[in-house]
Amino acid sequence: MSLAKRIIPCLDVAGGRVVKGVQFENLRDAGDPVEVARRYDAEGADELAFLDIRASIESRGLLYDMIEAVADQVFIPLTVGGGVNTVDDIRALLNAGADKVSINTAAIRNPGFVSEASTHYGAQCIVAAIDARRRDAGGWEVYTHGGRTATGLDAVAWAREVAARGAGEILLTSMDQDGARAGFDLALTRAVADAVDVPVIASGGVGALSHLVDGIREGGADAVLAASIFHYGEFSIGDAKAAMRAAGIEVREP
Amino acid sequence: MTIAVVDYGMGNLRSVAKALMHVAPDAEVVVTSDAAVVDRAERVVLPGQSAMPDCMRMLEQSGLAEPVRRAAATRPFLGICLGLQMLFETSAEGPTPGLGILAGDVVRFDEAAMARGGERCKVPHMGWNRVLQRGSHPLWSGIDDASRFYFAHSFHPVPADRGIVAGETLYPVAFTCAIAKDNIFATQFHPEKSHRAGLRLLANFVAWDGP
Repeated sequence: MSLAKRIIPCLDVAGGRVVKGVQFENLRDAGDPVEVARRYDAEGADELAFLDIRASIESRGLLYDMIEAVADQVFIPLTVGGGVNTVDDIRALLNAGADKVSINTAAIRNPGFVSEASTHYGAQCIVAAIDARRRDAGGWEVYTHGGRTATGLDAVAWAREVAARGAGEILLTSMDQDGARAGFDLALTRAVADAVDVPVIASGGVGALSHLVDGIREGGADAVLAASIFHYGEFSIGDAKAAMRAAGIEVREP
Repeated sequence: MTIAVVDYGMGNLRSVAKALMHVAPDAEVVVTSDAAVVDRAERVVLPGQSAMPDCMRMLEQSGLAEPVRRAAATRPFLGICLGLQMLFETSAEGPTPGLGILAGDVVRFDEAAMARGGERCKVPHMGWNRVLQRGSHPLWSGIDDASRFYFAHSFHPVPADRGIVAGETLYPVAFTCAIAKDNIFATQFHPEKSHRAGLRLLANFVAWDGP
């Protein structure tokens, strides 16, 4: 096996700025997106994820401008999500310089959208984002709207469905763990990673470098995503790669 | 120097153009769907995303298939991802034939092979993998053997002539990820998204006058 496990810093953006909050509340400013992206690129990030958390029609133009500005200077893959509802939204993001687009709520409203998007643009650029919460009775349920709205869908079954419909990757976020800095929901990650043939990105809950290692080793993820541990200078991407390498995980040398 | 990035309506051409501008600030990089511009350009780049039958259909419909054939026969030519796959004769992705400039087929990663040897290899093959250089070529200049490049694909070429294989990658078995023949070089990976090694490959292409 020589495919490297990926480390993906996630930049939550709102109004053209990078922000980070606990469970999508209490947003704090974390910097200019282009500056942050350049720093991560220089540190050896394998990919960058942008999530427009206040996706609104008025701020859409700001997002496209921001993606263009980042794509002009950073030559690694960019995944962009938040408020992606139509194939035209996907086209606009790809034209702005995104390599992959993540779809969340729109897929739940209309699962056929995943099929349509994948047919139009190819599985390699369609990421299905799944936000899940633990159920008291066991298993996990899919949520939308930043974890506020329950859908009644079982997360593992939903992952299978979006993969079958042509999503080329799954971005899996535990809404229980998100922002809590206590590590990924490893059981959730493992359940989804084992259920689908497409790569899975683990997200939500990273507070220490060992959590990244656990996501790969215990969770079976193909990539790990984190935000706050990188944004505030606590750890660099290089620190994260060193920790993965020390644990025997293959990573790309920057 | 003019470098034409062929725009037939498929995929993210902006990144390819921006990366070329980054490594060749003095060149004129044009994203074009104009056959005459492709015919005049000193370097031609054929990118591509999505499915091979769709790409071929769009290339034919846009009237750019013939200018692409002419460029591939005469000038330094770089195919990227689907721009590599379309050079071959057939694809398992659909019945539409490719350009047939190179003998061979495009196939899907073999499901049975993906589970072999412990760790399961997922499809699409997504991320940074090592490119094992097969023979020397000006486009590999200054790039260490086994450097990592970014991949995002489910299909790969199987050339009839092993002599054109310029690079291979293990996933988990070896597949052809780069080919070189006369003035043609093509990659299954995305040099425009492959950081330093990718930019170096693009710079090498700009500096390459062909065989």
